[in-house]
Amino acid sequence: MSKLKELEKLLSHGKITRREFLARVSALGLAVAVSPALLPARAKAATTKKGGRLRLGLSGGSTTDSLDPATIPDAVPQSVNWSLRNNLVEISADGKPAPELAESWESTLDASQWTFKLRKGVEFHNGKTLDAQDVVESINHHRGKDSKSAAKGIVDPIKDIKADGKDTVVFVLDGGNADFPFIMSDYHLTIQPAGTKGAEFEKGIGTGGYMLVSHEPGVRALTKRNPNYWKKGRAHFDEVETISIADYSARTNALKTGQVDLINRCDVKTVHLLKRAPGVQIVRVTGTRHYTLPMRTDMAPFDNNDVRLALKYAIDREQMLKLILRGYGSLGNDHPIAPSNRYHAADLPQRKYDPDKAKFHLKKAGLSGHTFKLHAADAAFGGAVDAAVLLKEHAAKAGINIEVVREPNDGYWSNVWLKKAWCTCYWSGRATEDWMFSTAYAADAKWNDTFWKHDRFNQLVTAARAELDDAKRREMYGECQKIVRDEGGVIVPMFADYVEASSNKLSHGKVAGNWELDGQRLPERWWFA
Amino acid sequence: MNTIAAMVVKRIGMGMLTLLVISVLIFAGVEALPGDLTEAVLGQNALPETVTAFRKELKLDLPPHIRYFSWIGDAVRGEFGNSLANGRPIAGLIGWRFSNSLFLALATAVIAVRVSILLGIAAALYRNSFFDRAISIATLSTISFPEFFVAYILIALLSVQLIIFPSISNINAQMSFWQKIHAIVLPCMTLTLVVMAHMMRQTRAAIINILSDPFIEMAKLKGLKKARIIILHAFPNALSPVINVVALNLAYLVVGVVIVEVVFVYPGLGQLLVDSVSKRDIPVVQASGLIFASVYIGLNLLADVLSIISNPRLRNPK
Repeated sequence: MSKLKELEKLLSHGKITRREFLARVSALGLAVAVSPALLPARAKAATTKKGGRLRLGLSGGSTTDSLDPATIPDAVPQSVNWSLRNNLVEISADGKPAPELAESWESTLDASQWTFKLRKGVEFHNGKTLDAQDVVESINHHRGKDSKSAAKGIVDPIKDIKADGKDTVVFVLDGGNADFPFIMSDYHLTIQPAGTKGAEFEKGIGTGGYMLVSHEPGVRALTKRNPNYWKKGRAHFDEVETISIADYSARTNALKTGQVDLINRCDVKTVHLLKRAPGVQIVRVTGTRHYTLPMRTDMAPFDNNDVRLALKYAIDREQMLKLILRGYGSLGNDHPIAPSNRYHAADLPQRKYDPDKAKFHLKKAGLSGHTFKLHAADAAFGGAVDAAVLLKEHAAKAGINIEVVREPNDGYWSNVWLKKAWCTCYWSGRATEDWMFSTAYAADAKWNDTFWKHDRFNQLVTAARAELDDAKRREMYGECQKIVRDEGGVIVPMFADYVEASSNKLSHGKVAGNWELDGQRLPERWWFA
Repeated sequence: MNTIAAMVVKRIGMGMLTLLVISVLIFAGVEALPGDLTEAVLGQNALPETVTAFRKELKLDLPPHIRYFSWIGDAVRGEFGNSLANGRPIAGLIGWRFSNSLFLALATAVIAVRVSILLGIAAALYRNSFFDRAISIATLSTISFPEFFVAYILIALLSVQLIIFPSISNINAQMSFWQKIHAIVLPCMTLTLVVMAHMMRQTRAAIINILSDPFIEMAKLKGLKKARIIILHAFPNALSPVINVVALNLAYLVVGVVIVEVVFVYPGLGQLLVDSVSKRDIPVVQASGLIFASVYIGLNLLADVLSIISNPRLRNPK
């Protein structure tokens, strides 16, 4: 505690910024103990109100969905799962790790061993009290040889998990990771009672703010408030009905006719019309989601950095943002770190459309007149094919020939992405720099979709991961972003906003940008005014 | 009557054979699609080792013919197993959706069949009049528009502008019968507009065809009224082709309405089939495919039986 007092003193004397203060406090895992007066205004959010039935009309559900956290694929099951269950760590609307089922955490000095203290007296919907064994089994569900979990990649660095008494869980990692608490916030890593397996996952037993009444995948999920919810000031609705509506027009009509209170994934082409409808408010938030055009750096001609630079200069991002996203986004700078990320390098100059430079680099590579094939499908992101054609036009002005190969949406991720030399892709982004880099850019990453191997970059990522000094980390990640921007195999033309529309009867605090739907925590964070 | 019984038995036997062939075709079709369930479910998150483990758990690592025969073995015993994607029993997944599909189909049929036959008779009665032309143009227009277009027009008029009916028809078990009826008015209207033309035109053509027969000439010479001739003399003789086209449209209403289901968020079988195909959930695709095929076979059989009953010449073959 004395360390905390010292930090509070530094903050009130203006010796450290609020941002630094929060970062250091959360590194100590002490966020709960901070005096509320020192926290930003969000803590004093508008008064909440209980009651009502929230009806969500969401895209991103399928009749094949399941509530097994290992195979949760898309928005609807994510939202339902997080209504029912909690993680050890929650990402707050400010993008910081906040204690959820873990009350606090601390690490060894090299950040390779993490100890999480669990909140006491938390009960599952079935009356069982949460203990360390539940956490161990829930995380182990994603580990091991027979794991079929989509989260296997992110729990792989965990060498060992053990319960230390009833309220403490110790994670031993294969290397230091200062951001490990962020990892524990992943939507797959929810906590279920020990022994849950197979069909029992579908009962949706968790510690969350809502309890499952009925669930028909791809159709409807109905939950009611957990009267026994441990988290104070959350889960305000009496009931939440989540309706899967795949068709955008059907979603819009349902909102306009008052059959649902909120819809996700608005079509940016028509959202200006929706905005005019009475009683409708548009919620947009810039998060970490970005669209990419990965080039395989292990394949000719993309193994030549001049080729990659030529293409990076041949794209008019401003226009693409205007035409593809209708301004609902922000410019990308050929690296995956969003402005909302902690160590975003704002001082890195924005790459601009420059046909002359593009021409120069292409000539340097000796490939003037070469035709580049760009494989595109809207499975990558809405408007991907249009974006590819737009790029073809931009590049033509620099004398670069691009042939857009339209691929089927079906099987796009298994047959095109990671296979073709150049294609379209999207990333939801990650809450931390390390998570993003080690998922898709590090040499040994499974989803290194540019097959990029850069020694200095890899050293930096590994070193920064275990670095607890904030200033040093900022410097390292700044350099990482510069390297990806100038030597990486990826074109990141833009970051895409999450655009949602709701009835203006709904009220909310600051909206999180780490996932759509207020960080996928909307049912427990929003309320009817 | 014996001839009918013999035909029914023979047709059911043929139907079974057809189902078997269809099950092979569906299986081979889904197998031929790129990727499998593990890749479809894990999507961008598919790691080679998770895909392998997932495949092993679902027995997708076995060769296709072994999987097919183990599936058909269970299916013959009436066990359709569980969905590969979420482990839910297929009977449960399909059961209520199928009854929803039937509910919408029947509600539509009750209106569409009656209205289109009446209109068909009226059109034959006032042949080549303005009335005849008007309903022909109207029904042919509605069938020529894509279903979703008709649906959106109805939503825009009756749901968004006039706020009479809901724009989405997500019925559920907690709703009463009348609530459900109110919820499905718009999809029902859409489908009625889409299927009416076919049945109406067929009724009209069949009756007009009969009108040139000598016995109609006789009836005319007797001095019967035109309406009486058409309703009592011509229509019963035109029943056979009408029944056939009605059966075809009924089958369409059960199995072919996925677009309407999507537009109105109606929980029918169509959406389940589409999702299952896109996720390569073979057992669910198989089961729904077989149900669709059975509906077709059953309704065709019913149509044949009814046309034989309605036609004395077929009833007593020489």
